[in-house]
Amino acid sequence: MAIIETSALTRDYRRRRGTLRALDALDLSVRAGEAIGYLGANGSGKSTTIKLLTGILTPTAGTVRTCGLDPVPARRRLARRIGVVFGQRSVLWWDLPLWDSFAILAAMHRLPEGVWRPRVAMLVEELALGEFLAQPVRELSLGQRMRGEIAAALVHAPELLVLDEPTIGLDVLSKNALREFLQRERNERGTTLFLTTHDLGDVQRLCERMVIIDHGRAAFDGTAADLARVTGAERVLVADLAEPVDSLDLPPGARLDAVEAAGHRVRLSFRPGEVSAAALFASVAGQARVDDLTLTEPAIEDLVARIYTRSAE
Amino acid sequence: MLSARLRSQVVYRGSFAGDLLAQALLSVTEFVEVYVLLHNAPVFGGMTLVQACVVYGLSSMAFGLADMVFGQLDTVNVAIRTGQLETLLVRPVPLLLQLITADVQLRRLGRVSTGLLIYVWSLCYAQVPLDGAGLALIVSAPLAGMLIFGALFVAAGSLQFWLIDGAQAGNTITYGGRYVASMPAGALLLPVRVFFTFVVPATLVAYVPAAVLTGAELVWPFQPAMAWLGLPVAVLLWAVVGLLWRAGVRRYTGAGG
Repeated sequence: MAIIETSALTRDYRRRRGTLRALDALDLSVRAGEAIGYLGANGSGKSTTIKLLTGILTPTAGTVRTCGLDPVPARRRLARRIGVVFGQRSVLWWDLPLWDSFAILAAMHRLPEGVWRPRVAMLVEELALGEFLAQPVRELSLGQRMRGEIAAALVHAPELLVLDEPTIGLDVLSKNALREFLQRERNERGTTLFLTTHDLGDVQRLCERMVIIDHGRAAFDGTAADLARVTGAERVLVADLAEPVDSLDLPPGARLDAVEAAGHRVRLSFRPGEVSAAALFASVAGQARVDDLTLTEPAIEDLVARIYTRSAE
Repeated sequence: MLSARLRSQVVYRGSFAGDLLAQALLSVTEFVEVYVLLHNAPVFGGMTLVQACVVYGLSSMAFGLADMVFGQLDTVNVAIRTGQLETLLVRPVPLLLQLITADVQLRRLGRVSTGLLIYVWSLCYAQVPLDGAGLALIVSAPLAGMLIFGALFVAAGSLQFWLIDGAQAGNTITYGGRYVASMPAGALLLPVRVFFTFVVPATLVAYVPAAVLTGAELVWPFQPAMAWLGLPVAVLLWAVVGLLWRAGVRRYTGAGG
């Protein structure tokens, strides 16, 4: 079942001169339980998409269904079923102890004590919030607060968690802890994750599917491997050989880039669609004894950059 | 939810006490203004000092109560500008309720208590007859006034969905309404009097009930029966303002801030 379904979803903003099309006929379908990374430069339409999905904005044209509901008219009903984390804004009560925010949110969602107390206890443990539960939110560090924000969005155990730049400004350790937690939440409860980010590390760790948006259109929708294929990016195979070689006979689609270490190491690049890593390895192994192998995937940053240059052409 | 808000204000005890005192002092100062006027002109807008005190106390109390509950609606524009409104929109509680409960200003009790004091004292001094109708009016008038001012706060908040910096425009309705309500309507120019009766019903908050209670002569176009109009007018006003607020929220989701 699709938890998010948009069809030709379009949104214009009125500006002093003419209109700005922030989202241009987006078709997107996300199955329940998926984790989707929504990537794009600033102003590409990421936040607009989130606002349309959550009922904050009315579409100019096209349709959107989130959890089977029409977000704007059913906004409050939808709010019970989704959790939203805004990386740049706090939903917590600034002057109150962190724990109070959870209690207030539980009251807003009308959760019985028997439901929310164990749920919050679980979130506190998983996100390691125990130490600063009694501190006012304004005294928390950014990393602590962000963990609190995510817990706050999950108090009512939503089916869909929308995260808008959740790791912005966090250090590497906090980022990793957050990603691990989100992974567990998804595995255990089947929560759908919809994540917008600049940080490709988030996407690589959390999402099997990514959508790259550019000028309000989906420039790419697929897995990281698909991304490599469509962009024609090459993978690199480095083989350490027992005996030195000068050259190798290679299958079509592969290329010998360099012979290093006096012929003991060869560096080969190949296009994933044309020749497989296994076939290439078999070919090399047939010509020389191979001691060791490394396979390097194209950097995802480069792939995204390629998508951007391609859609600019 | 509410108790949490109240607690968070008392967290800063020193500044809370200061605020409370400042609010009380502020309303005393305003009262002195009316007093000085009356001292020099014994009859002000057709009312004696004591009668004008009833008007002032009543309006001050009604406004203070409304301000305490609805006062933070003048920060709607801040919530829009900072995007905080979006975080409120993704919660399953009506937006207006969230904004109101976000910040109940206990410090405004300062104004309420000064108003109450002046109201009670001047009623005693004016020897208002305490029959059934009198008592009912004494009690219901501040509540109706609070509802009328509350509706004005919501109206002012709604305007901020349209105006980029609408807080000032909104303040003319709320604080302007309070100023008008705090003085005898006879002192107002006729067009002003009509506007603040039939468009913004500020004179109905305090002047008319106070005049009826103390037996002061009403100026045109008021009638004694209008003293009881407060509650029905408040209900009517809330219906209109409710629509305005909804239109404002729709405008926000339409324009996206």
